[in-house]
Amino acid sequence: MRGFAIGALTVSHFRSHRALRLVLDGRPVAITGPNGAGKTNLLEAVSLLSPGRGLRRAEPGDLARRPEAIGWKVRAGVRTPDGLHEVETWADPGAAREVRVDGKVATQAALGRLLRVLWLVPTMDRLWTDAAEARRRFLDRIALSFFPDHAEAALAYDKAMRDRNRLLKDAVRDPAWYAALEARMAEAAAVLRANRAAAVGRLAAAQAGAATAFPRAELQIDEGEGAAGDLAATWARDRARDMAAGRTLAGPHRADLGAVYADKGMAAALCSTGEQKALLVSLVLANARALAADLGAAPVLLLDEVAAHLDAGRRAALYDEICALGAQAIMTGTEAHLFDSLGGRGQTFAVVDEGGLSVVEETARPRSVSA
Amino acid sequence: MTDRTPREIEALIALMARLPGLGPRSARRAVLHLLTRREGLMAPLAQAMARVALAARDCAVCGNIGTSEICPICADPARATAEICVVEQVSDLWAMERAGVFRGRYHVLGGTLSALDGVTPDSLRIPALVDRVAAEGVTEVILALNATVEGATTAHYLAEALAETGASVTSLAQGVPVGGELDYLDDGTIGAALRARRRM
Repeated sequence: MRGFAIGALTVSHFRSHRALRLVLDGRPVAITGPNGAGKTNLLEAVSLLSPGRGLRRAEPGDLARRPEAIGWKVRAGVRTPDGLHEVETWADPGAAREVRVDGKVATQAALGRLLRVLWLVPTMDRLWTDAAEARRRFLDRIALSFFPDHAEAALAYDKAMRDRNRLLKDAVRDPAWYAALEARMAEAAAVLRANRAAAVGRLAAAQAGAATAFPRAELQIDEGEGAAGDLAATWARDRARDMAAGRTLAGPHRADLGAVYADKGMAAALCSTGEQKALLVSLVLANARALAADLGAAPVLLLDEVAAHLDAGRRAALYDEICALGAQAIMTGTEAHLFDSLGGRGQTFAVVDEGGLSVVEETARPRSVSA
Repeated sequence: MTDRTPREIEALIALMARLPGLGPRSARRAVLHLLTRREGLMAPLAQAMARVALAARDCAVCGNIGTSEICPICADPARATAEICVVEQVSDLWAMERAGVFRGRYHVLGGTLSALDGVTPDSLRIPALVDRVAAEGVTEVILALNATVEGATTAHYLAEALAETGASVTSLAQGVPVGGELDYLDDGTIGAALRARRRM
């Protein structure tokens, strides 16, 4: 199966890269180099080919290479099930991020419909012990990968809720105004909840019966307050309490995601660091399998420092599963030997830092070294 | 280049650049165009702008922009008084009029509700609308607001505010545009069109 893939990638004035052009052939990619060489910056550039602020959640202005700060641009040829497309995204200094698809101005939401990109980054290693916001974001990225309308619903919900919060802070007492905003929030909340629940269902189905070396994670959404019943009625009832708090206290923006290491029956937060990492890898692979089944093409995977916390056996299993999926996984690691078991099945690049500038070179495929 | 351009002309360019659709470069080009056609275009334009700037005013009834106390639409005895079409901006009123299909009268809100931007029901001419509906014997209020979160919030608010007047409150349909192809529609529009389907 041929998946979604990045072909030629051009990165200009983006973080540590000044002018970079990589030609990728759709196979997995291993990028190696020392800390601070600019490996993750490359993954971040690719992550901006999907809606949102990318895998570091950076402001567009922070992505520009310094000291020039003349704005940045990422351009990529993208292979999708319906053909090849040219995607450009950039931000001028002080301006919002812009997108063009095949030479025409497009929205970020349009990127979500064109290309599917999933990522796993080291900051997610603490996902199960972090604040709920990080897990909600993780859940929303999964939902977005299945349902591109998730982005619009999230924006609509956020917009109406920020307006409601303003009314609460200003102690406005206009029931009709609240009711109008709560009706918008309820509409968007219904979409958000349905998408999240369906996404978790898809992951469960993709994990069940899959031939994988990674442990099964049982996910559960905790909707928090107002879980059962009519959210609009809950918000209408709780206006006085919300006004005292100065914000909306119930709704999908307060949901949390729980995970259990299924075979051990142990909450993910209590598992070892390595087990937590394995659970995350398992979820990303399940997400990729489910998308591949839906769309006939595996998503692009961005796996930053994925080899950390995985033993040699699990690393080999990961590469095998990626290749079986036909996914273009772009992976980084500090040492080339971490990708030995990928063998000749992928492309390898080395990144070095030369006086604050990242230099990337394609290297010959790593020799299979016996351990 | 800039330091050789007289200050008055620079000031004109700076003013032009504040118009919608114009930036510094296109403003410079437009001003140069006017300067080369001073008699044929620039002077008549300046006179027309001065005249309209003096005469222009908001219609006391509907909020349309015209040159009299009551705009021609509100003053036209041939327009039906039983129907009021509510729009966000004067540009929306003009768009409705270009279509030439609505024979009732209008009410321009002047925007949409936004707590974050400090746009309140009172600043939107909503009380004036409620008064008009009661005073003019209006039987139907048609909400022709933009299909945005703010537009939908405002429509919801208006429906509530007008409930006591007894007038029926309707809104424009959302769906497949005339001459449009399904293949080019986004998912949200297709969903709205399907929900608003009708029997043939």
